[in-house]
This record gives sequence, C-alpha cells and structure tokens, in this order.
Amino acid sequence: MELEKLQDKARLLRRHIIEMTSAAGSGHPSSSLSAVEVVVGLYFGGIIRHDPHRPWWPDRDRFILSKGHAAPVLYAALAEAGYFPASELETLRRNGSPLEGHPRMREVPGVEASTGSLGQGLSIGVGHALAARLDGRGYHVYVMIGDGENDEGQVWEAALSAAKYHLANLTCIVDHNGYQQTGPVAEVMPLAPLAEKWRAFGWQAREIDGHALSQVLDALRAARDAHGQPMVILARTVKGKGVSFVEADYAYHGKALTPEEAERALEELGWR
Amino acid sequence: MEVSGFVTGAATREAFGRALRELGSEDPDLVVVDADLGNSTRTELFARAFPERSFNVGIAESNLVGVAGGLAACGKKPWIASFAVFLTANAYDQLRMSIALPHLNVKCVGTHGGITPGEDGPSQMGVEDIALATALAGFHVFVPADAVQTRAVVRAAARIDGPVYIRCGRPSAPLVYPLGCDFRPGKAIRLRQGTDITLATNGVMLALALKAAWMLEEEGVSARVLDLASVKPVDEDALESAARETGALVVAEEHLSHGGLGSIVAQVLARRCPVPVGFVNLGDTYARSGKPAELLEAYGLTAEDIAARAREVLRRK
Repeated sequence: MELEKLQDKARLLRRHIIEMTSAAGSGHPSSSLSAVEVVVGLYFGGIIRHDPHRPWWPDRDRFILSKGHAAPVLYAALAEAGYFPASELETLRRNGSPLEGHPRMREVPGVEASTGSLGQGLSIGVGHALAARLDGRGYHVYVMIGDGENDEGQVWEAALSAAKYHLANLTCIVDHNGYQQTGPVAEVMPLAPLAEKWRAFGWQAREIDGHALSQVLDALRAARDAHGQPMVILARTVKGKGVSFVEADYAYHGKALTPEEAERALEELGWR
Repeated sequence: MEVSGFVTGAATREAFGRALRELGSEDPDLVVVDADLGNSTRTELFARAFPERSFNVGIAESNLVGVAGGLAACGKKPWIASFAVFLTANAYDQLRMSIALPHLNVKCVGTHGGITPGEDGPSQMGVEDIALATALAGFHVFVPADAVQTRAVVRAAARIDGPVYIRCGRPSAPLVYPLGCDFRPGKAIRLRQGTDITLATNGVMLALALKAAWMLEEEGVSARVLDLASVKPVDEDALESAARETGALVVAEEHLSHGGLGSIVAQVLARRCPVPVGFVNLGDTYARSGKPAELLEAYGLTAEDIAARAREVLRRK
C-alpha cells in the first residue's frame, strides 16, 4: 500500500478509536492513538503475513498487544483488515461483546493473547517464537509494549531469555509516548537511556519517529529480516496523537472523550 | 521420610521427573520449561533425554509462566516446574493471565510442597499453593501421595486439555500404593472402609492418616480413609457418602489453615451434608527450619494429631 493510502488508513483507525471509546463511555483512546502508525504499518504495510479468513493459520505472523489498554487500536485494525465487520466496533466494552476492555485471547479472531496486566506479552511472544523454532515454521512474532511497561521486571526477564535463545524471529516495539498513568515516564520511573538498556540485554535496538510511516516501515522490515538477535524498535510517539487537546494533557489517559470532545476530535482529523 | 508401617519409596518429585521423561518419549509436542531448578524439581531427567525440547529461562518464574503460555498457544504441550511457593506465589498473576484466563494447556508442577522441605526453612515451603492454585478458574489441582500415585497423576494430567497444577514433595515418601494406583481426576480413593468417622487427606498426610486409622481401630473406632489426591475437582459424591455413612470427618493437610483442602471439603459438606468436621493443618503460621519429621511433630501434623482430632470430632457427633 502506498504511503498516502496508509496515512488514510491511519486517519480511519483514529476515527474508529475515538468513536468506539466515546460510544463506550470509557477506555484508553490516547494510548491507542499513539500506536496507530505502527499498527497500520504492521497490518496494512505488507509486514504481517496473515489471513483474516483463517485467523489461526499456524504459519501466520503474530502480533501481541502487550499494552492491552490500547485494545481499540487493535480492534480497529482487525476490523479494517477483515477479521470482523467494522460495525461491531461500536459494541466495545458492552456486556456480551467479544470486544472487551482489554484483549482476550480466543474471544476475538486475531487476538493472540489475553493482556491488560502489563509486562506479560513479551514472555508470551518468546513462547511463540520458540514454538516456531520447534515446529520449523517461518513466522515472525511482533510484540508491542508501552514505555511505562518497561517498569515491569518481567519485560527484562523476557528480554534476557529472547537474547539467550537468539530469537531473531521476535520483535518488540515500544510505544514510547512518554507518559504513563500518573505522569511523564521520565518522572514516574526514568528509563533513559532506554535503547542502551535493551542493547545491554542483547537486543538490536532502533529508534524511530513512530508517526513517520516510512520510518515505521523501514524499521519493521529491518526487524523482520533481523539475524542473530531480536530487535527492539523504540517508536517515539505522542500520546493522543492527532487530537490537539488530548496531546496537550496526559490526564486524558484512561478517559473517553465526551460526545462534544469527540466531535471536535473528528473535526481536527478531517472527518467533519 | 520414613513412616512406620510403610516401605519408603522415592520422593514424589523424583517420580514426577521419571514420569515426565517417559511421557516425553511418547509425545513429541511435550516441552519442558524450567526456572533453573531442574536438578531439584527433577525435570533434568527430561532435559537430559530431550535437550532440544527443554528450556531453562533462568531464575525468572514470571517469564517461565508466560513463555509456557505462548508455547501452549501454538499447540505445544509445555510442562513447567519450580518450587511450589515460587511457582504459585511468585508468578501468580502470570498463572492467572497467561494460562488460566485463556485456559491454556499448561501443566504446572510445584515441588517442595508443604513443610517437609524441612531444613531449608519457610522461604522454600509451599504452604499456600493449594489455596492459590485452586483459586485459578478452570485449573485442575492434584496432590499425589507417593511415587506410584505420582506417575498415575502425571499421566492423567497429560490427558487433560487444559491447565493443571500438581504438588509434589521434597523428601522420600512412604509407599501407600505399592501395588499400583488407579487415579482418576475428580475421584476419591477409599483406602479403608469405616463407619464411625472419615479421615480425608492427600499427599504426605495420607500415610499418617492410615496410621491414625490403625490407632483408632485399637480404641474401637472404625475410621474410613479417603485419598483426595484430586483436590479440584474434588469428589463431592464420595464426601457426601462419607458424611452420611460415618457422620463426621477430619481433613488433614500439609498446608496453611485457609483456602486448602479443609476449606474445599467444608464447602462441599455445608452444601451437601453438614456434619461435624475437624481440621489438621499448619494453622495460621509459617514453620521453621528442621528435619521433616521433627517439623510435622512440632506443628501438629502427625498420625497422633489426626487421631486426637478424630476423638474430639467424635465427641461433637
């Protein structure tokens, strides 16, 4: 898909994110908005080999959203990719809907892991990557974690084990939007220098502008073709990207926009 | 650990390691993940036989559980093992999120259960693992008593397409089933008939409960002995029959007082047939370092303690 069309797709995912969380009256739109370009690159930029009609095809590439609170961006991408009708997105968080507040494995086609308790997705990804090796399958495993999620010790346990087993078929993407629940990452729990930390744990590391689709695609291709050691992509992003008043205030973490705010947001995104 | 009246067999952890190696030769999808305790949990027997299907993730129980979840999601059949306390208490949220919630086919084995790890002291003793494991939705939970039953339990667990927790012990275990054991999930094993009271137990305490039954016999008390190696699902019918036919129970376990076998049995009896029940357990405290037999005595977990509790319960009938 051409860059321009990918940008259109990103704009469409942002619309879905805002509409579904506002309809639900809760959720984490800002944490979803920061991850849009990476998710668009994965699903629509020719990175992930997958088949929406065979969601559990054994040779599919895997995408594990470890920062499960960004479920809306995953659901939006899966709907646009053809896993289920986009009309289902409005059932987000409703009783009886498979689109729960955080992703639940096997409930939704294309959801690879139950996440929402931060820190666990990379370990699950290590399991998938080891299984690929055991079964002689060529699939690649992509795991997205939040930057605050790096506070979790399990992330580093998983990082050590991926390096030990030379899991070049595993990629970790850090949605480095700079904020966690109660404030800036740099204040809550300083992570810098983050790339150096990952390198010290035996990973290849690459830092990119996580909203520049050409950089996103280049990095994902490099990670997919990595040899020897797994690669982490530190995607510098903006929490709430695309909606000025959400970008400006991290207090929007974990809050849906009111109907009036959603209208303003959709206007800024060019949907009104 | 020796118990008079019984031949001493291998430790249940050793029997687990042997059974796992046996299963490994039968099922190429079986893989083992360890957190650097393979020589204690005895998974090293499998690792030596099948190094390409064996992974040691280091001293990292959270990662251990998550990696197993990922392997199971891809159709592999992972078995993971650590000390009971580290596997359940250290990695509990991982057991919950990465295995129980998606109901994945992961077999979890906690060795060094109870206070019989002995000299290593309370940091190494899994005395709340049954409470934690049974609270995981969809988990089966088994506690074998001896080496023979452990093999049967491990093989039964392998046939279950879902999560299982098995508790094993550190010391050599008295042989309760020298002639073989027909273990079935959800089924209690009635080891001894009896009409006055039922002693319901499992694991190390089973041999001690049999000894207690022999003591009570000499006093003219006829005690039934039920092996509840299948803790979850527990055999509700066998418990109801025991309550109706003997009118009183003692539940003995190598566990803290809350949330273990005693709580499970009490819940069933409250619903199906309330009768007087007594409990033999560690109470609400942690043990100290010492020899296993010394600790069982110090913390009230001997055959004499079970018999004494039975006499007390009989007075309440």
